[in-house]
Amino acid sequence: MSLPSVEILIDKLTQALKPYFNSSLPISEQPIIVGIETGGYWIARSIHEAIQPDTELGRLNISFYRDDFTKIGLHPTVKPSSLPTDIDDKTIILVDDVLYSGRTVRAAMNEIFDYGRPRRIILVILIDRGEREIPIQADIVAETVEINPDDHIKLEGPQLLKLTLQSTGDHAS
Amino acid sequence: MPADNIQLDDNGKLLHFLSIEGLNQSILTEILDTAESFTSVSERNVKKVPILRGKTVANLFFESSTRTRSTFELAEQRLSADILSLNVSTSATTKGESLLDTLQNLEAMQIDMFVIRHRDSGSAYFFAQHVGPGVSVLNAGDGQHEHPSQAMLDMYTIRHYKKDFSQLRVAIVGDILHSRVARSQIHALNLLNTAEVRVIAPRTLLPVNTESLGVQVFEDLDQGLKDADVVIMLRLQKERMRGALLPSEKEYFRLYGLSQDRLNLAKPDAIVMHPGPANRGVEIESSVMDGNQSVILQQVSFGISVRMAVMSMIVGQSGLQTGDES
Repeated sequence: MSLPSVEILIDKLTQALKPYFNSSLPISEQPIIVGIETGGYWIARSIHEAIQPDTELGRLNISFYRDDFTKIGLHPTVKPSSLPTDIDDKTIILVDDVLYSGRTVRAAMNEIFDYGRPRRIILVILIDRGEREIPIQADIVAETVEINPDDHIKLEGPQLLKLTLQSTGDHAS
Repeated sequence: MPADNIQLDDNGKLLHFLSIEGLNQSILTEILDTAESFTSVSERNVKKVPILRGKTVANLFFESSTRTRSTFELAEQRLSADILSLNVSTSATTKGESLLDTLQNLEAMQIDMFVIRHRDSGSAYFFAQHVGPGVSVLNAGDGQHEHPSQAMLDMYTIRHYKKDFSQLRVAIVGDILHSRVARSQIHALNLLNTAEVRVIAPRTLLPVNTESLGVQVFEDLDQGLKDADVVIMLRLQKERMRGALLPSEKEYFRLYGLSQDRLNLAKPDAIVMHPGPANRGVEIESSVMDGNQSVILQQVSFGISVRMAVMSMIVGQSGLQTGDES
């Protein structure tokens, strides 16, 4: 199967997010875009560049919060989390590349709440491939795809963003 | 030093943290990199991550400690561990059976990780050899052997201020003979390819084969400090000294104490470190300790992140790619 162009998908997300930004509002009331390392951060960075909001871009490294930490361990190469110091009462636009089991988003939300109490979190996803294991849904999705559960969709970057499909089984696609 | 390296598993991952000797450059670098990601945890609103949730860590201090023990405890708490801290009296302890008894009793309480300080060299190894599978031991100082977490927080401090070890001249000054910190530091500095490691001390406070550790030895402080980038002062360990190794503290300060004038012989941007507790006016002048080249208090803060890093690396044992299970 052919995967859509990342550029077009990012543009879709940007258009959907524009109504949330109103530069006449004081900076304290404007949403904060936060990307989940690594793929989600690349998407978030592109959206941030397109919208150019007054608020800084945030980054979440959820390794410390994963429910499978003892099996997977740390990735010291992934940059540490950095959120604008005060997120209390802010709207957070949480961005990730692929939504699948929902566990990454759960971990990300746990981490966000250790920084403060946001007013609202809006989940923005490039590719929703379904098959959730926990009840988490995105607010804005650029594309929904159905693929074999054994396959992996991976976002390659950080320069030229591209989606690739990695098949593990020998099933017909 | 046991020949078999029980610190690492078959894939080269950390199982116990007992000594810098026996580790390799990639593990040391991984500790420093991981510690860097933990510094942000200590700066935010909720200073806690769930990595050790549900695990129990026992801190066994057979010797007194302030900094090491409290930063270990904070590191454990910031990783969400349940902790048990025991000050075990040394008087009744004879190495061997009674240590093993203590261990077995604590293991019966389902402890996952032990942090141990003991006056006998090799005690942490002894513990690690006797714990059950899945239980880890961290050495918080064993006799005159090693104090690896202190050395790693010192390496973190040096890298934070000076970046590239291969360009650095590091001078370690004072009581090398009794210092487990110095021994761990020398191993770590060499593993990280430090350009020049110097030790400066009177002969009476040097181990017999110091040169074989891969260091330059200076008996004259002024010569040794010349053009140094990093000056590490060691505490004079009066409690471990047997016999007359020193004329007097006053004489020691005159010959080996760090004053501002002497520090001026090092590079102008040299940093001054001390593992603590410092004897003001004995190995270091008060004004130098509080001066703007001193990073002694920063060492303490970094100690928390470094200890969090080591413990989290022991718990998360495989460094495999996370995949895309989003």
